[in-house]
Formats: sequence, structure tokens, C-alpha cells
Amino acid sequence: MSLDKEFKEIPGTIIFDAEQSRKGYWLNQFCMSLMKAANRERFKANERAYLDEWKMTEDQKQAVMARDLNAMMALGGNIYFLSKIGATDGKSFQQMAGSMTGMSEEAYRDMMINGGRSIEGNRRIGEHGDAQRPNKDK
Amino acid sequence: MARITASVYSSHIPAVGAAFDLGKTHEPYWQKVFSGYDFSKQWENEQKPDVIFLVYNDHATAFSLSMIPTFAIMTGPEFMPADEGYGRRPVPPVIGHPELASHIASEVIQKDFDLTIVNEIDVDHGLTVPMTCMFGKVDAWPCKVIPFAVNVVQHPVPSGARCFALGQAIRAAIESYPEDLNVQVWGTGGMSHQLQGPRAGLINREWDNDFLDRLIDDPAGLSKMPNIDYVREAGSEGIELVMWLIARGAMADTRGGPKPKVAHRFYHVPASNTAVGHLILENA
Repeated sequence: MSLDKEFKEIPGTIIFDAEQSRKGYWLNQFCMSLMKAANRERFKANERAYLDEWKMTEDQKQAVMARDLNAMMALGGNIYFLSKIGATDGKSFQQMAGSMTGMSEEAYRDMMINGGRSIEGNRRIGEHGDAQRPNKDK
Repeated sequence: MARITASVYSSHIPAVGAAFDLGKTHEPYWQKVFSGYDFSKQWENEQKPDVIFLVYNDHATAFSLSMIPTFAIMTGPEFMPADEGYGRRPVPPVIGHPELASHIASEVIQKDFDLTIVNEIDVDHGLTVPMTCMFGKVDAWPCKVIPFAVNVVQHPVPSGARCFALGQAIRAAIESYPEDLNVQVWGTGGMSHQLQGPRAGLINREWDNDFLDRLIDDPAGLSKMPNIDYVREAGSEGIELVMWLIARGAMADTRGGPKPKVAHRFYHVPASNTAVGHLILENA
């Protein structure tokens, strides 16, 4: 039984299910490799050459080099895996999450301090909340 | 016999661990988070548990996509804090309880909960951050820990109902262990947070507090909430809260005992991207 389609009706959200997991398998496994310091060094020295060692699609490699987290998510990435790229770049989880919203780092931080993003209008696609904007990367 | 004296619920936000390790606990932003655990550290000093059965999830640390166990019990003797890409956290190794863990595995597998058994694993912030919140800076953790990992990364993840039933089976298993041990069961993760996409930063204060109310008063009813509700209302990473139902299922009232006493309750927004929730329930 596949997942209830209700999961696909949440705005601004990609559910990491078996389909996404298959699509993003090598993208995510590449990310896991960055948990080793030696691999982080090799990646930083020549990103393209390091990425070419993995069975990733060209789109996935381009998204990694552009550090476009929304594109990586759409191509099967999972945020816990993708965060290894952020750690390699010295980014915090808040910087990474914020980068996917189209907000500046400061605006995102202020939103969190003021109680976070409201659920109102953000439960289902087609409502009028602030997470409903079309994903620019799709 | 071993007895479950209390259950503890806590978020396990990595930035909280980083703030602690970097000595930022007195900065106003972090002080508000850590103040919610002042009572808890004192309480743990008095409770002196022998063993903590600690429910958490691995965050693409020890389990990658090559292995995704839905439920995994750690029966090994010792577990190191993982290097999650920033170096290992400067916290002590976690000492397991192989005999009790193996007993629990054996009992609940025979009750049809098909656990994965793990002997060697590094434990990530999902486990070590709640330990830091509850015990502070220590040279060695004051008790043994049985780590128990739940897949909440790749959907479908286990339902609240399954987690609640598993908690009840774990309680029966612990209470049939012959040694006199003071055992706590912890559920970690949550509360509302979303770390991805244009909806990142979602916080649902009203839903979180309703979740805490229902966890205390009506866990069986709460356990029937479908997973879609967690994701929609509490964010894509808010699904971690199903793990709290394992700890809640281990309390005495789920088999007709008295209702637990609420020893402590705390809620704060934000820590990094996340709402911090923390609850201590004592068995009467």
C-alpha cells in the first residue's frame, strides 16, 4: 500500500518515502561519505571530481554544486543526509533550513524568535499561508 | 524485580547540545531553553535511576539508506557518541545493560514485535542531547542506558498506536526482569518543527500543548492519531513525536494502574528551528 495521497497535499513539504529514497539513493549515500574528514577534504578540493565518483544524475550533481537544498530535496535528498553538506560548509541547521524558505538568514532567525512560521493557511495546498508560494526549483 | 518509576519526554535538538558544549548556556537565548531542565537535573539527582530505556531516532548517522530498521534495540555493552560531521560531542560513552536489553528483546519479540538487534553502533544527538539536558556536565553518565532507535526518517514510519502497544510490551518485559532495578523510560524528539522546504520553520504551539495534555490524560486516544496529522500539524520532522508514545505506553495506568503524577512540564519556542517540549511523569 502506498502512502496516503494526503501526504502530497501539504504545501512546501516533500515527504521522504520509498520513491524519493530510490530516486535519491546515491545522492544521500554521497552525503553520508562526508562524515569522514578525509572525504570532506577531497570533496572540497575538487567537488566535480568527487561527485563523479558517485552514481548520481547530472541534475543531482548540479544541485549539490549550487548548494540548492530545495532542488536536492526534489531529486530525492533527505534533509538529515543533506545536512552533511552543510556541516562540510560550516553551516548550522538553522542556516540550512532557512535557505530553503527564500528568506534572509536574519529574517528567518527573527521569525523563529517570534514563535516560528504559523500553521494557519499552511496545512493544505491551495490555502493562503506563507509556505504556499510555488517552489522556484520545480 | 525491575520497576519503571517514571517516564521522561524531551526534544533532542542538536543545537542545544552544541550550545552546551560551547559553554553558551547562560546566553539569554539558550538560558531560556536550559532553564526548563533545572528542575529535571535536581529530580534525577534524587531519583537515581539504575537504567534508562531511551527511545530516540538516528539522523542519518549510524543508519544510512543501506539499512533502515523500523525498531532497533541496542544490546551491546558500550556506545560512543557519534561524529556527525562536526566531531564527536565531548560527552562520556554510553554504558549499556546487555542483560536487561537482551531480556527485553527476547520478551517483546515473542509478543510479535519484530525488533532489530544491534550490538555495535555510535549514538547521535538524538540520544546524547537529552542526556545532557537531564544530567548536565558529567565525567561519566550516572546510570546505564539501553538505546532504542525508531525509524522516523523514511515513510511509512510506525504509527502512534504501534508505538503505544510496543511501550506496553516493553513495560511488561522490564517488570519481569528479576533484578531489583529502578528503570526510567524516555521518549525523545519533537516537538513541532520542519527543517525542509518553503514551510521550514513551522511551529504549532497550540497543537504541541494539546499533544502534551492528551499524552498525560488520554494516551490511548492520542495513540490513534494518524501519522499524517503529525506531519501536517507539527511539521515534517514533528513526526518524531510518535516515539513519545512508546515511553507513555510503559506507564502503569495503561494496564489499569493509577494515573501518573506530572512532576514537571516545560514548553518553549524556539531552539534553533524547533519547539522545545519536556515532561516528567512519575508512576504513583
